[in-house]
Amino acid sequence: MLATTTSVDATGLLDALADEFKKETGITLRWIAVGTGAALKLARDGNADAVIAHARNLEDEFLREGFGVNRRIIARNYFMIVGPPGDPAGVSGSSTAAEALRRIKSDAARFVSRGDRSGTHAREIDLWALAGGPPAKNYLETGQGMAETLRVAAERQGYTLTDTATFFGLRNLIGLVPLFENGPELENIYAVIAVNPARVSSARYGEAMAFIAFLTSPRGQELIGKFTGKSGRPLFEPMAAVPGVDLDK
Amino acid sequence: MIVPEVLFAIWVSLKTSGLAALLASLLAVPAALFLAARDFRGKRLVLLINQTWMAAPTVVIGLLFYALLSRTGPFGRFGILYTQTAMTVGQVFLILPLIVGFSYTALRQVDRRARTTALTLGASRRQAGWVVLREAKFPLLVAVLAGFARAVSEVGIAMMLGGNIRGQTRNITTTIALETAKGEFTTGVVLGAVLLALTLGINFAVIVGFRSRD
Repeated sequence: MLATTTSVDATGLLDALADEFKKETGITLRWIAVGTGAALKLARDGNADAVIAHARNLEDEFLREGFGVNRRIIARNYFMIVGPPGDPAGVSGSSTAAEALRRIKSDAARFVSRGDRSGTHAREIDLWALAGGPPAKNYLETGQGMAETLRVAAERQGYTLTDTATFFGLRNLIGLVPLFENGPELENIYAVIAVNPARVSSARYGEAMAFIAFLTSPRGQELIGKFTGKSGRPLFEPMAAVPGVDLDK
Repeated sequence: MIVPEVLFAIWVSLKTSGLAALLASLLAVPAALFLAARDFRGKRLVLLINQTWMAAPTVVIGLLFYALLSRTGPFGRFGILYTQTAMTVGQVFLILPLIVGFSYTALRQVDRRARTTALTLGASRRQAGWVVLREAKFPLLVAVLAGFARAVSEVGIAMMLGGNIRGQTRNITTTIALETAKGEFTTGVVLGAVLLALTLGINFAVIVGFRSRD
């Protein structure tokens, strides 16, 4: 059982990986897609054998407390700020993500937050801190996954922070366009972590490690890199073979 | 989870579902009265459709109204998706067949002679209808309360049409779903108990209040 962040599931990446993983190892991958915070909590409670997460602070805490071992980076993409095509707050001209958020705040434009302790939510909070704190007005929290939150933002014509994979992988999402992307503070690193069987006795360590081996193998990395979902463009950049990546990110 | 948020979630649940029960009753009870009083071709079919509709999953109703209310949908220009209004609209359509079904059964239980007698004594059809309604008022009340209970306890429509937006559309059931997702199981259980206690209180108050008036 894998507990995973929503983006790798909502895009269909896990479906593609699970088929190949089954073919190679005979192991059936089952997963629950929730925010990073909830995924780590599931693992702590013994309901997952491995976790895919994308929030370094939360992952480090998980590792330090001894719940997780063998964290390996598998892929990255970027976060971006999306919003209504008219861009009422003028976000697209910003030079940094923090400035973009400051513009949203000072314009009292609507911002839709995940509000669910997910990796994206954690990043959003960090970015708001750089922008001098979240806005008091027109700040909506959905408490749901990225796909649902994007739909709320599209309907209510608000801005939101999203990972590129979910945004481009989502079908029938009308009324939102990317407005700020590619800032260095927007890099989004995905890592896989095995649950430590010495700490969580129910964890199936062998299967978890087989999955990590598969994800970081040339074949697994190739699948991740080639995956386009329904978007027609690559959604994840494979990172496992980048020298020193597990030390830096 | 802090107290004002919980209180607000309770308020959202009571308001949207209470309103849904009220609106659905205003549609369902007259429909049931009509069905109980008249015999016409296709009546069995109507009842069968109603019975089937009762089994409609909340997510199907949620999906249907999502498509209708979405910006790109036919009613998109009202911009009510992800508002309390959308939750109420969805819940009305969820509980409508339930209240129609229960009310129909209740009205059929009323001795047919009540209506005939009223008509013989010179009552108009409308007045005869009132006589039948009064005879069945208690089971009708139970039908409305059952509709309310169904609406207040569902999560699919509230999540899909309300969006679980904090301080706007987050109600008790979507809060429970969120707290569970966050891994806060205790809060979820406590909120579940709050929901049941509220429903108990409302049923008790309405039924006792109603009995004492008789």
